[in-house]
Amino acid sequence: MPEKLKFSIDGREGLADQGMTIYEAAKANGVYIPVLCHYEGLKPVGSCRICSVLVNGRWMASCTQPLSEGMVIENNTPQVIEYRRAIIEMLFSEGNHFCPACEKSGNCELQALAYRYSIMVPRFPYQFPQRQIEAYPGFLLEHNRCVQCQRCVRAIQTEDGRKIFAMKNRSKDVRVNVDPKLAAKLSPDQIQKAMDICPVGAILKKEVGFIRPIGQRKYDRQPIGSEIEGKK
Amino acid sequence: MSSKPVIATASLAGCFGCHMSFLDIDERLLELIELVEFDKSPIDDLKHFTRPVDIGLIEGGCCNAENVEVLRSFRKNCRILISLGECAVMGGLPAMRNTISLKDCLEEAYLNSPTVAPEDRVIPNDEDLPLILDRVYPCHEIVKIDYFLPGCPPSADLIWEALTALVQNRPMKLDYQLIKYD
Ligand code: SF4
Ligand code: SF4
Ligand code: FES
Repeated sequence: MPEKLKFSIDGREGLADQGMTIYEAAKANGVYIPVLCHYEGLKPVGSCRICSVLVNGRWMASCTQPLSEGMVIENNTPQVIEYRRAIIEMLFSEGNHFCPACEKSGNCELQALAYRYSIMVPRFPYQFPQRQIEAYPGFLLEHNRCVQCQRCVRAIQTEDGRKIFAMKNRSKDVRVNVDPKLAAKLSPDQIQKAMDICPVGAILKKEVGFIRPIGQRKYDRQPIGSEIEGKK
Repeated sequence: MSSKPVIATASLAGCFGCHMSFLDIDERLLELIELVEFDKSPIDDLKHFTRPVDIGLIEGGCCNAENVEVLRSFRKNCRILISLGECAVMGGLPAMRNTISLKDCLEEAYLNSPTVAPEDRVIPNDEDLPLILDRVYPCHEIVKIDYFLPGCPPSADLIWEALTALVQNRPMKLDYQLIKYD
């Protein structure tokens, strides 16, 4: 059996398998590091930076950074928390997030992160950008709420391995782009998968919505991450 | 003169839902009137400020010139000003028009909508009507706001906790279930 790696996170000692990322190692030790673009089972892209931690005074994206022996990691320190709050607040100002009218509300990871970090208002001015809603045979693509995490790009493919979602443009103009011909062939199950994998309310299956009543939604009672915390 | 803290409230571009949620503190209302007095507010129907106010609660953002005027008068008269609810905090549902030009909005509502009878097709422009703003503004983009209570509406428990904490001069205890955006 290969040697386990020793590390510490916020002063707690941990052991993890070689080849794990910092995020995986923390999780294996019952420590939650928030993620937004990362999704279990997909190749991490490290684009949102919400999972940033400090290692020897340097910022690292824990979803892509491999753990190494003896790392001393800062996760829940005031500085790291403040950095994450700023990213969450930026995402709320950057798009159009009208939570009271959003089907994903209560099940949304962006909103859940804001709840977890007790964000009452973003420090940045709301941009109110002009974005489109695109309709496809089985689903809607709500650009107002997309956080450009690329989960859909990585997760959803046709049976012969062709991508349905892709990113276009650069920088602040980055958008998800859909191949309409391939999108028309998505099965209801694939659409459901796309909707579930999207962290926000940007991919919405048609003809369903607001299924779970308030109080029974994913993040109504328990903060995001509590499923990991303390479980080892 | 009583020395109880004084509260004032207003609904700007809101739906009065936040005020309804305020009333949802139910029997704690009795406790509240022991703790505070109300000045200008739809709750006691006082139309003007009669004295300096300790805590002002603002529901709704600013969609017209009158909202701005009321909000500024609250800032002037209130020691602490609170944005109450999504509309005050971020514009809320009225701000959905912020991504559409004002011209298009008015034309859709008053000229092109299928429910407008042909003889009624006119964009209101009476000088007695408050001037509509180019977009809906969150309150803190107009005046300084001291506290933000999100939610659509913010729960009665959140309003109660915030008010009692401020009146009793202690930190707010914001449990996980109190912070909601819907
Ligand atoms: S996607 Fe999430 S944060 Fe955005 S409006 Fe919907 S619930 Fe709110
Ligand atoms: S549509 Fe959803 S999954 Fe795809 S990039 Fe946008 S937020 Fe991510
Ligand atoms: S979760 Fe690591 S960068 Fe997005």
